Parts: sequence; structure tokens; C-alpha cells
Amino acid sequence: MEVYAISLLNGVSYGLLLFLLSSGLTLIFSMLGVLNFAHASFYMLGAYFAYAIAALLGFWPALVLAPLMTGLLGALFEKYLLRRVHRFGHVAELLITFGLGYVILELVQLVWGRNAMDYRVPQLLDGPVVTLFGAQFPAYRAFMMLVAVLVLLVLRLVLTRSRIGLVIQASLTHPDMVEALGHNVPRVFMLVFGGGCALAGLAGVIGGNTYVTEPGMAMSVGGIVFVVVVVGGMGSLTGAFMASLLIGIVQTLAVAVDASLLSLARLLHIGIAPDAFAHGLLRLKLSQLAPLLPYLLMVLMLIFRPRGLLGARELNRRE
Amino acid sequence: MNKLLLAGLSWQPWLGFALLLLTAPLILSSSLSHTLLCQIGIAIIICLSYNILLGQGGMLSFGHAIYPGIGSFVAIYALRQAASGAALPISLIPLAGGFAGLLLALPLAWVATRRSGTTFAMISLGVGELVWATALLFPQFFGGEGGVSGDRAVGAQSFGIGFGPQLVLYYLIALYTFVCTALMFAFTRTPLGRMLNAVRDNAQRAEFVGYDPRQVRYRAFLIAAFFAGIAGGLSALNFEIVTTEVFSGYRSAAYLLFTFLGGTAFFAGPIIGAIAMVLASVVLSGLTRAWLLYVGLVFVCMVMLAPGGIAALIAANLRVVRGGRCAPLIGLYGGLLLTSLLALAGAAALVEMVYHRQLDAALGSQLQFLGWALDTASAWSWWSAAALMITGAGLFEPLRRLFVQRWDLIQRAIQHDARDAQSDVRDGGVR
Repeated sequence: MEVYAISLLNGVSYGLLLFLLSSGLTLIFSMLGVLNFAHASFYMLGAYFAYAIAALLGFWPALVLAPLMTGLLGALFEKYLLRRVHRFGHVAELLITFGLGYVILELVQLVWGRNAMDYRVPQLLDGPVVTLFGAQFPAYRAFMMLVAVLVLLVLRLVLTRSRIGLVIQASLTHPDMVEALGHNVPRVFMLVFGGGCALAGLAGVIGGNTYVTEPGMAMSVGGIVFVVVVVGGMGSLTGAFMASLLIGIVQTLAVAVDASLLSLARLLHIGIAPDAFAHGLLRLKLSQLAPLLPYLLMVLMLIFRPRGLLGARELNRRE
Repeated sequence: MNKLLLAGLSWQPWLGFALLLLTAPLILSSSLSHTLLCQIGIAIIICLSYNILLGQGGMLSFGHAIYPGIGSFVAIYALRQAASGAALPISLIPLAGGFAGLLLALPLAWVATRRSGTTFAMISLGVGELVWATALLFPQFFGGEGGVSGDRAVGAQSFGIGFGPQLVLYYLIALYTFVCTALMFAFTRTPLGRMLNAVRDNAQRAEFVGYDPRQVRYRAFLIAAFFAGIAGGLSALNFEIVTTEVFSGYRSAAYLLFTFLGGTAFFAGPIIGAIAMVLASVVLSGLTRAWLLYVGLVFVCMVMLAPGGIAALIAANLRVVRGGRCAPLIGLYGGLLLTSLLALAGAAALVEMVYHRQLDAALGSQLQFLGWALDTASAWSWWSAAALMITGAGLFEPLRRLFVQRWDLIQRAIQHDARDAQSDVRDGGVR
């Protein structure tokens, strides 16, 4: 039992981390109509920046500075590169973010090398916070959940209550009218892109030391984030929230389950000879299948409910 | 109109292509260049098949590697069967790979082509990851890390031809390359190929004239997967070993990157891209460990400055030459080339020094770069490389601006000439 309770908590914390990432991606997508393929690269940059800053100033300044830096880089990228290729159409916009991901990966390897970094959890949060059924839940995971929830609450408040939030929301649906009212819509776009990248950077700061800070981290998380956005419904923040938690929990629980179809058959007293057809398939454990599950979920979702959980539309804006 | 179509179907380029394929291994006769030529032939088929999706269908796929990948695996198993006595001609094994690609695409393309645009891109990414991860789960079939190996020299020999020597295999690959290229070109001329362009440009209108865009995309995807599978089969024969790496996202990314660099709007663009891909991944990667960085930077620059790829650049310049207006540009080209080379040399020296510090620090601080002795420990090396880069870039920018100005003027003049010529014809007809 305790395995499942802890796994569930771990799943929720992983899911919240995914949501930090996918919220930025969703915001950027619904506003600019661009799927940012480099989004996971900003997550990686956040982790590496945090590692570098933490070595100089400590973890807490890194928590603030690293997301600011990634946000700034994202805004600069939008202003000087992405905006310029807009006239070449949609494919070019996708491709330039894809190329950026490539370049960021190589630059990170250039600066920090190819090995995993020794980016540690701060001492203050190093240790268990609660003990459930005899198993311990690390304090840092709880802190991760807290940060994610706080940020998302603030984001929601900013989007619905503040003036800039209202301008952003209006620019989502009526960019021309907002421009006519005297707002600088391109600057709003830049702000949203930078903000989304900052959220990804923040996810990197708090995720980099829980999981691992290495050049492969962008690739491993990138695919999952796209799955979240598709399953949740393109452009829907609430959908992305549900999908993040769903995938976080499913993936974490699956890793903890050691059952296979073969053990199920044994449970039902069905004998299967070890040389039977597809024995290899039956022997596969659910924990081995865990990395496959998100993609399987996405494909199933696309077949049976292409809009995603809460997607209202699937058209690309600005296409 | 008829004349235009016929003009496109001229036979000279094909004769040239065939002669090139035939004579290339005789001119470039080292064994390294034979290996390169084999890989280039295979890459040409893959990039052309990818361009059926990207260039002709507007489908940006991030998971194309799985089709040559499955082709490779089926081909290597067919090769093992042939080695153990089955009556399988080695020369037809790539076709088995092609049908494997087609079979895999039957369900997967059905899922992917339900959507277009961004959603298609994401589905293709997800499906690619799914297949790759699945392959890793079945080491019994896919060989795990070690891969599956075969031997192309054994088995029944038809007409006394054994494919053991690289040169013989090259001619098999060249034959496949030529036939596949011709078939894929013919595909662009079929009604399905034309409808694919229509669906890319405006799916709604295509639907309105009575075609189901999904069906058009689906069938085109199947054709692309078939040719990709053939290429996979050829690469299994070429390397005689297949690992799960053939499914990897890195491969898919490389196909996308280089097809785009070659140019998606022209049929021959992906051929240029394929040559660049093999040269970069074999030659450039041997010269420097930072080669992926250079490839990525070139890609970003191309997306920004020349989204038509190399083929479009060549075509635009040919137009200028034909218009007889290249004289004011030649000097500028020289200047641009010189300054960009300066800037590149400086930047590359910096990158190489950083990499050297990162990876080869144990070998000492000295390194050679283009015959230039650099020392990562001396500030002089860093400063001179930086100065070179800044000088080059600083001189490049004003030249580039001047070039863009003149280029626009020339383009306008050429358009003007074309219009004049047209109205002359029309006036002549009236008189």
C-alpha cells in the first residue's frame, strides 16, 4: 500500500512539474499559433542556469534568477528570430524553434560538457517531510508541488484580474482590435513567449535537481510535454492541467507495478508454456511499458477524441 | 501549356543523372568515396521520400526514420534467411524492406494523416517515439544494443553476381536510386501527386472539387513510406548490421533538417540535401566534434534568410544569370564570401577552443585549427579569434545590406523584362 501512496504523491508532483512546462507551451501556442519545439530546451537551460547560479550564490537566488534569464532569452528569440520568419509561413516558424532546440542542446554541451551535473537539492529541504505508512516523502517534492501550485495561482490571477492579463486574453482572440485600441500586440506576443519560457525555466530549476541535469533531459521531457498538450486539447490550460496530472500519475504508478500479462495468467491459473507464441510480449512488465504509455495514450486520444480532453478547436491560429 | 509540361519532362537531366551515377565511383575511386557514394544513394531515396510529405504534401513529419528503420530490419532478416539457404535473390531484398515500410505505414499513417499542420507534426513525433520505444522493448527481435547483423556476400547468386564487393553493391544502390528517383518524379506528375499539392495549398478547395484530403494525404504517405523502406533495405545491405538506433528521433530530425536545407520546393532539392547530409555526418563529424552545432546554426540561418533551401538559391541565381544581370553582383559575392569566411573562421576557432578545453584538456592546451596553431591557455589566441570573427561580421553586414538592395532591384528589373516580353508577344499577335 505504502508504495502506491508514495507513488501517487510522486505522480502528482511530477504532474505539476509537467504542468509548469505545458502551461507555457499552451499559452504560446494559443497566442502565436506556434508550437515551440524548443520549449523543453528552455527547461534544460533553466536547470543548467540554476546549477551555475546555485554554485555561486546559492539555491534561492537561482530560483528567481534562472527563470528570469530563460525568460529573457525566450523574449529575445521571439523578437529577433521567430518574428522575422513569420512571413515565411507556419512550417518555417515550427522549423526555427526546432533548429533552436538543436543549437541550445549543442551549446549546453559546449559549455557544461556531456555528463550529468551535480545539481543538488538545497540542504534546508533535504530530508523527509511526512511519513506515510512507514514510507517517507521527501520535503523537496512537497516544495516542488508548493511552487508549482503557487505559480499557477499567480498566473491565473494575472491572466484574469490584471490589466496586462486582460490585454493578453483579448489579443488571443481579437489581435486586430487590441492593436486598434493602441496596445502593442507584437510586444504582448514577446511577453507571452518570454513568460512561457520563464515558466519552463522555473520547471527546470525545481525539476533539475529532483530528476537529473544532463544534456538528454530536454529530449526525454520534450516528447511528454507534447503529449500533454495534445491529450489536454491544444490551447486549453485547464485541459493541460488535467492531462499533466493524468500522465504524471499514470507514468509514475506504472513504474511501481511489476505485473505482466503472464503474472495475470498465473493468477487466473492459465498455464502458458515458456516457448509459446508471443511469450516475450506476455512477459513484459507494466513497469517496462511505462515510457510507452504517454505516447499510447496520445495515439488513442487522437483516434477516439481528436480534440483532446478539453480542446475547443484544433485549427491553427494565424495559419 | 502542353509545351511547358513537355519542357519539364526533358530527358537530358535524366541522362546526366544516370551518367553521374555510373561514372562517380570511377572518378572518385578511393574506398572512402565508395562508402560515401553508397550512403549518398540511400540518403537520396530517403530525402526524396521525405519530401513527398514535406514539400509536396505540406506534412511536417518528425518521425520519418521509422519507415527506413523497419525496412532495414525486415531486410536484414531476409538476408539471414537467404544466407541459410532460402531462394531469395539479394538484389530484391530492398523491395522486401519497401513492403515492410508500406505495411507499417498502413495503420500508422492512417492515424497521422487524420490531421494536418501542427497536429500532424505532433502525431508523427509521438508515433515515432512510440515505435522507437517499442523496438527497445523487444531485444529478441530488434537485437537490443548490439543489433542484428547479416552477411550480404553469401546466398544464391543470380547471374553470377555476388554483392560482397562494395563497388558491386554501389551499382545495385545506384540502380535503385535511379529507378526510385524516376518513379518519385513520375509520382509528382500523376493526378494523385497534383492533388497532393492542391491539398497542401488549400485543403478546403481540394475537398470542394470532390477529393477527400485525408485520403490524398494517406495514399501519398504510403508511397513515401514504401520508398523509405526500400532505402532502409539498401542500408541494411550496405552496413550488414541494423540496430534500434535506426528508429531514433535523431535520425528523423536529420532527415527533416537536410531535406529542408536542400530545398523542399524543388524536386532536386532533397538530392542536394542528401549529399550534404552524408558529407556532414561522415566527413564533417570526422573533422570536428562540434559538427552538430555547425549544422544547427546553418539550419537556423537558412530558415531565417533562405527558407527555400539551397535549391531555391541556385534557381534564383540562375534566373539572374539568364536575365544577363549578374555583373553587378559578382564583386559583391566575392566580398560576401570573403567576409563570411573570415567571420566563420573566427567563430569556428572560438568554438573549437571551447570544445578542446571541455574534452581534450588532458592533451594539453595546444590545438591545430586549419593549420593555425591555437593555445587555449593564451589570451592572445582567444582575442585574435574573437577579433577575426568581429571584423568579418562587421564587414559582412554592410555588404549584405548593399547586396539585398541590388538584389531587389535586379529582381524587379527581371520581372519587368518578363512582362515586356509577354506584352510584345501579345501585341505581335494582335497585329
